[in-house]
Amino acid sequence: MFYREAGDFKTSYAADNQTFPIAFDRYRYWVVLAIAFLVMPFIINDYWANALLIPFLIYAIAAIGLNILTGYCGQVSLGTGAFMAVGAYSCYKLMTAFPDVSILIHVVLAGGITAMVGAAFGLPSLRIKGFYLAVATLAAQFFLVWLFNKVPWFYNNSASGQISAPERFVFGVPVTGANTDAWAVYLVCLVFVTGSAIIARNMTRGSMGRKWMAIRDMDIAAEIIGVNPLRAKLSAFAVSSFFVGISGALFFSVYLGAVEVGEVFGINKSFLVLFMVIIGGLGSIFGSFAGAAFIVCLPVVLKLIGVDLFGWPPDLVAHFNLIIVGLLIMFFLIKEPHGLAQLWRVAKEKLRLWPFPH
Amino acid sequence: MSADFLYGIEVILNGLMAGVMYALVALGFVLIFKASGIFNFAQGVMALFAALTLVGIMEGQIPFSHLINEIFGTKIHNFGWEVPALLAIALTLLVMVAFAWAVQQFLFKHLVGQEPIILFMATIGLAYFLEGMGDLMWGSNIKTLDLGLPQGGSRVIEELSANLGGDDFYGFFIDKLDMVASVVAIILVLALIAFSQYTKHGRAMRAVADDHQAALSVGISLNFIWVLVWSLAGLVALVAGVMWGAKSGVQFSLSLIALKALPVLMLGGFTSIPGAIVGGLIIGVGEKLFEYTVGPMIGGATENWFAYVLALLFLVFRPQGLFGEKIIERV
Repeated sequence: MFYREAGDFKTSYAADNQTFPIAFDRYRYWVVLAIAFLVMPFIINDYWANALLIPFLIYAIAAIGLNILTGYCGQVSLGTGAFMAVGAYSCYKLMTAFPDVSILIHVVLAGGITAMVGAAFGLPSLRIKGFYLAVATLAAQFFLVWLFNKVPWFYNNSASGQISAPERFVFGVPVTGANTDAWAVYLVCLVFVTGSAIIARNMTRGSMGRKWMAIRDMDIAAEIIGVNPLRAKLSAFAVSSFFVGISGALFFSVYLGAVEVGEVFGINKSFLVLFMVIIGGLGSIFGSFAGAAFIVCLPVVLKLIGVDLFGWPPDLVAHFNLIIVGLLIMFFLIKEPHGLAQLWRVAKEKLRLWPFPH
Repeated sequence: MSADFLYGIEVILNGLMAGVMYALVALGFVLIFKASGIFNFAQGVMALFAALTLVGIMEGQIPFSHLINEIFGTKIHNFGWEVPALLAIALTLLVMVAFAWAVQQFLFKHLVGQEPIILFMATIGLAYFLEGMGDLMWGSNIKTLDLGLPQGGSRVIEELSANLGGDDFYGFFIDKLDMVASVVAIILVLALIAFSQYTKHGRAMRAVADDHQAALSVGISLNFIWVLVWSLAGLVALVAGVMWGAKSGVQFSLSLIALKALPVLMLGGFTSIPGAIVGGLIIGVGEKLFEYTVGPMIGGATENWFAYVLALLFLVFRPQGLFGEKIIERV
């Protein structure tokens, strides 16, 4: 009834091209933002922040990044974990080298460094395609993790080989280190997520995003109509790595605080983010959020059911976790290969006709 | 001959043996990719699962005993018998065939015509499922696989070759198990080639690999061929699982051999069985030599990434791998 274009008259080109053409969607968007920024910080507690909200926000950034590369530009990457590690380590080096500069700037700069590394590792994509490229990105994954493990300069010669975030403040509130409050960390992550989503959304519907999609749909044809594949592919790698780097920097600095690269940014992380993108929906910003939420919530829910409800021992629940995650992924791919975003699209189509579908 | 040179040769020999092991895993990938275009990430976990099942059957473990004990409060672990190795291998093969059928029936039958990336993700889901299933059925502790295969270095070769070099050379150290694995791998490859060249189903398999629709039109059942191919991949996984399991114990890290096989595939081409073997040998020798010569200078443990970087450099010059089909692109 209320979910209609009818009666919502657009008077300018900008209004006609806005992200949410339906008034209800626009209100919903502002309500979600208002709740996220104005209500959540007051009701958040440590457990929910650390178990669900903060990982969700950080993974959402990584998923947006990978979605740009894989969903919009069609280049499958299995090196996400390593690029997150690049973000984390460059953030660490910047934090320790320039302690007076704000951590927020460091996180953005870390994204910039990751973008350069990502573009360098994207160079082979000009020659190598499809699964060959996917496997080739694994070279980045293994090489970078090895590099961060072996070169002491990256972890400032610390004895454990770990990097740990020193205490840093934003407006006098600690956001990294040992004495952080859940709401402060949450707000920092939220600011970056909101910024990333807005930038990504506008990039993907601009000329750049259309070039990416042309490359994705058929690169030779795109080249013939005048898309430069070198620039399109490398820019996709750079932009994607920028977001992935930001998420890695946040993951290290504000969420975990201390990181051992092989454990945290190993190949499993790459697969995890790829799952988010696939389950959420390739080529959709909303899908990145949905996928991240799904993958972050799943183990928590399964643990709640298994350990707390049935009282099974944790190792048994861990095995069941694997089985159920595997089954769910297969089930999803069979039922809805285009991901949660497609379900959302279908729901919106139905809602437009509701309550008179005929 | 100087000792360094001889040790270099020893490294190359060991690299060749390791390469055979990589090729074993890569073979399973190639079989499935050729016949159905599915990039089967679960191949490594299949090897783990096969090895776990083999050990479980041999030792007479009760499947799911952990779960059963937890639900019913019982304390059962073993049937109390031990199954001879050959029978256990046959039973494990049956399990792998049943698995192949289930995969086709419940998963890939519903995914026909999907994009390759979706199929790939489905196999990752399959890998998760199988990993959890293996742990749940047989427990997640490290198991030793004892099939009576010879272990340790070969004394004969060591003594025969000891007088090749000077005083500081003590002969080639070559693991007996590696030699057995090489022989088994050669037999397996010959058998596979014979199967695909001279039997009806083997020819049908090659026809499907060439062209699905043409194969369908001459009356070949795609469904059957895919079950067959997955069963063969299960067989290869079993052999790989046995060899790797005998070498380093049956445990989770066994499934990571899939990651070792990927650069082999890239190098050899995803669609070529000879490519998998030659690629495996090149990677095996390359990474051992690199670790031996350059490794000590840059901190060691280069084996994790060297294969990938080698394959990557190689692909830049030949994007379809050594023996892969030439990629022809049309608009």
